[in-house]
Amino acid sequence: MHETLTDYNFAYLDEQTKRMIRRGLLKAVAVPGLQIPFGGREMPLPYGWGTGGIQVTAAVIGPDDVLKVIDQGADDTTNAVSIRAFFAKTAGVATTEVTTEATLIQTRHRIPETALTSGQILIYQVPIPEPLRFIEPRETETRKMHALSEYGVMHVKLYEDIAQFGQIATSYAYPVLVNGRYVMDPSPIPKFDNPKMHQNPALQLFGAGREKRLYAVPPYTDVVSLDFEDHPFEVQSWDSPCGLCGSTDSFLDEVVMDDAGTRLFICSDTDYCRIQRERADG
Amino acid sequence: MVEPILSARGLTREYAPEQGCLEVDLDVWPGEVVGIVGESGSGKSTLLRLLSGQERPDAGTLSFTDRAGRQHDLVRVSESAIRQLQRTAFGIVHQNPRDGLRLRISAGGNIGERLMGVGARHYGDIRAQAVHWLSHVEIDPARIDDLPRYFSGGMQQRLQIARNLVTNPGLVFMDEPTGGLDVSVQARLLDTLKRLVHDLGISVVIVTHDMGVARLLADRLLVMRFGRVIETGLTDQVLDDPQAAYTQQLVASILQVS
Amino acid sequence: MYVAVKGGEKAIAEAHALLAELRRGDPDVAELSLDQIQNQLSLAVDRVMNEGSLFDTELAALAIKQAQGDLIEAIFLLRAYRTTLPRHGVSTPIETTDMRVLRRISATFKDVPGGQILGPTYDYTHRLLDFALAVEAMDETDWDHDAHHHDDALEDQDTETEEASPTLSRVLSLLEREGLVEQPPSAVSTPSVDLTREPLDFPAARETRLQALARGDEGYLLSLAYSTQRGYGRTHPFAGEIRSGVVMLHCPVEELGYALPLGEFLVTECDMINQFQGGGDLEPTFTRGYGLQVGLSERKAMSMALVDRALRADELDEERLSPAQDEEFVLAHCDNVEAWGFVSHLKLPHYVDFQSELALIRALRQAAETPDA
Repeated sequence: MHETLTDYNFAYLDEQTKRMIRRGLLKAVAVPGLQIPFGGREMPLPYGWGTGGIQVTAAVIGPDDVLKVIDQGADDTTNAVSIRAFFAKTAGVATTEVTTEATLIQTRHRIPETALTSGQILIYQVPIPEPLRFIEPRETETRKMHALSEYGVMHVKLYEDIAQFGQIATSYAYPVLVNGRYVMDPSPIPKFDNPKMHQNPALQLFGAGREKRLYAVPPYTDVVSLDFEDHPFEVQSWDSPCGLCGSTDSFLDEVVMDDAGTRLFICSDTDYCRIQRERADG
Repeated sequence: MVEPILSARGLTREYAPEQGCLEVDLDVWPGEVVGIVGESGSGKSTLLRLLSGQERPDAGTLSFTDRAGRQHDLVRVSESAIRQLQRTAFGIVHQNPRDGLRLRISAGGNIGERLMGVGARHYGDIRAQAVHWLSHVEIDPARIDDLPRYFSGGMQQRLQIARNLVTNPGLVFMDEPTGGLDVSVQARLLDTLKRLVHDLGISVVIVTHDMGVARLLADRLLVMRFGRVIETGLTDQVLDDPQAAYTQQLVASILQVS
Repeated sequence: MYVAVKGGEKAIAEAHALLAELRRGDPDVAELSLDQIQNQLSLAVDRVMNEGSLFDTELAALAIKQAQGDLIEAIFLLRAYRTTLPRHGVSTPIETTDMRVLRRISATFKDVPGGQILGPTYDYTHRLLDFALAVEAMDETDWDHDAHHHDDALEDQDTETEEASPTLSRVLSLLEREGLVEQPPSAVSTPSVDLTREPLDFPAARETRLQALARGDEGYLLSLAYSTQRGYGRTHPFAGEIRSGVVMLHCPVEELGYALPLGEFLVTECDMINQFQGGGDLEPTFTRGYGLQVGLSERKAMSMALVDRALRADELDEERLSPAQDEEFVLAHCDNVEAWGFVSHLKLPHYVDFQSELALIRALRQAAETPDA
């Protein structure tokens, strides 16, 4: 157990800052998919490593919460360990690796394989919140495009992929339309996870620290991946099951075993993989 | 009764005394090509930007009737509505293709953008449209996946035109569309433009300082000087029997082509 | 009445005396030793060596001390010293694949042969001021170490892993084998331009560009690298492999007919995997960017790799639209000694030029006030 840090407020941020972030989150929930600017603070972790997610977690966490932190789907990756330790230290909350036990799940690049339930909150770390950014780098122009629903260029990008590669060549951070109104960046989750966002019973909050934006997908909201009628959205699949648990329905990571280049494919979601193995063992 | 597609009264946008566009009245009728001529600084480009909603006037009225017969007050219209018109009911062809094309997007993507912007979601259909419009502007459809930066200046301009026409706009604005092109390339582009205008029944407002271009394309001319329209009439009438002394000078400055 | 005095010489002497006093600070506080700087400010030493283009920890430490910790000034000092040194020969390229690894991570695979080795990194520290460090822990035994620059960490690491894993295969070679990533350029046969002896010429070969970036300003390259991530010349980067460790430097000696090992030093290398190219007839293949620095200069090595990749726009037939893709813009301004020299020269007298402008503006105003009759 970590020693609680007494020199800092509960969950590091001061209460005024937390209120400011909560007001932003309320606005974000009220207008699903709309990016809300907020006064992001300097955090003791580097920008790009989850400062947005950490601020959102700090703003919504209470002493009774049970926190799970994953990076690439795994609880044991270095950044996940580091962020979990940060909250254990600054908030003294209980932590877990079990998806179903968690009230708050902070994530980078994955949505857990285990279905989330009503009352849970999934907090995404977001590097670039603007889905139009790589088509139009200027904020003044992208804000106008969102305001006026000028989203044709998003499909131009997909069109170009098909023209060049014969298929949509976007495999992660795959853009979605939220609640029929705003095009949103789902954060760099693999497109495999996109369908899980649709009509999810959990509240999904997104925090971008460096870019100082919040956005949200409230429970049971429509989230549709952009596509063409004759080139429908598809998720990744693998030829072999997970090398550890045998699962055929989870996202698999590629692990290089030796210099000969032998590969092992295993579940990226370590908690899900553990459950499958326990089930198999009886 | 036929109504004008675009109607301006007292349209004014003054940057400095006698600079900009002052109290211009203009009607553009369906299927008509209106040429705006004058020298640099006469206010013709400002007028084009006002008419196409790229800029708002200080005073005056401007109304547009779309192909469905709906009237739009272009002075009071919201920015959202004007942008909607600009990418559906209007075409805007810039002098420099760089301003009107996405150079990092293939020719097909450039043509398809407007369709996708208004909700087209069938890749095969969009591509078929792109092929159709490429051949319409006399670009080899085999070049559909090439980037426009590999196109010649004349081809870029043709692509820009195709990109605008794909949504069947009622009104196309062109700002010196043949400027910067070689004479032979210019002549071919003018031929294409003339044919398209005739075949598609679109109205065109074209700004040019080139009287040859004006004579070849325009049905009617507006001559501008110091921000004001100083003479207007049928093209042949204005060019063959200019009334204002300034127009006489302008006409005299070009070679008369039979 | 104020009279401009010609006291330049005396003024400069006084300024230097004041500077010496300020540099030393309170004489009751112990003076910094070069050993302390080399050991305890080793990352500053690394930066000064990289941008000063001279591997000498002691001289770099001296420069930092002399410059009161102003690293650009220290880089300047080191460069000025370097220029006086004779060149005895040209080493063979170092072989980073044979590196004795202190740190090696890949962001592209969860695990790779040899594993992810964190090594000494600030990555997962929480940036909470450690007030324990404010208290000087004068443990006598600590002072007995005659450790030099980073050697401590290396020695500890050696005993643990040297036998088990002398060298680690490169992460990108796994992808190269499948043809999924472009092959690294083969060794350059002709010696490349030495930018410390020859002027930069445009367009520059990639190895010349890398040389310029290697001694370029860390902050400048970091910001340019960052701009590519935000859409100004985007290259979809993945940190394929970042490794730090010790490599041997060899110098060919003609009389002997082979390359003589000169000694080992620490380097940090970054192999970036970037957006793929191809489609149509060409098979899609990842592209790459490269960065290399002495010491543990990871921030700089990564920035260098990102900017290297952005600068390959022409070669890879990408449209150049952003500052980081513009070779002349990037390379002409990346040298901080040049940059600070020219910016600081604005402090020099410009009395004559300014007087000319003054006279002109007065004349123009007067002309405007009295129009022609």
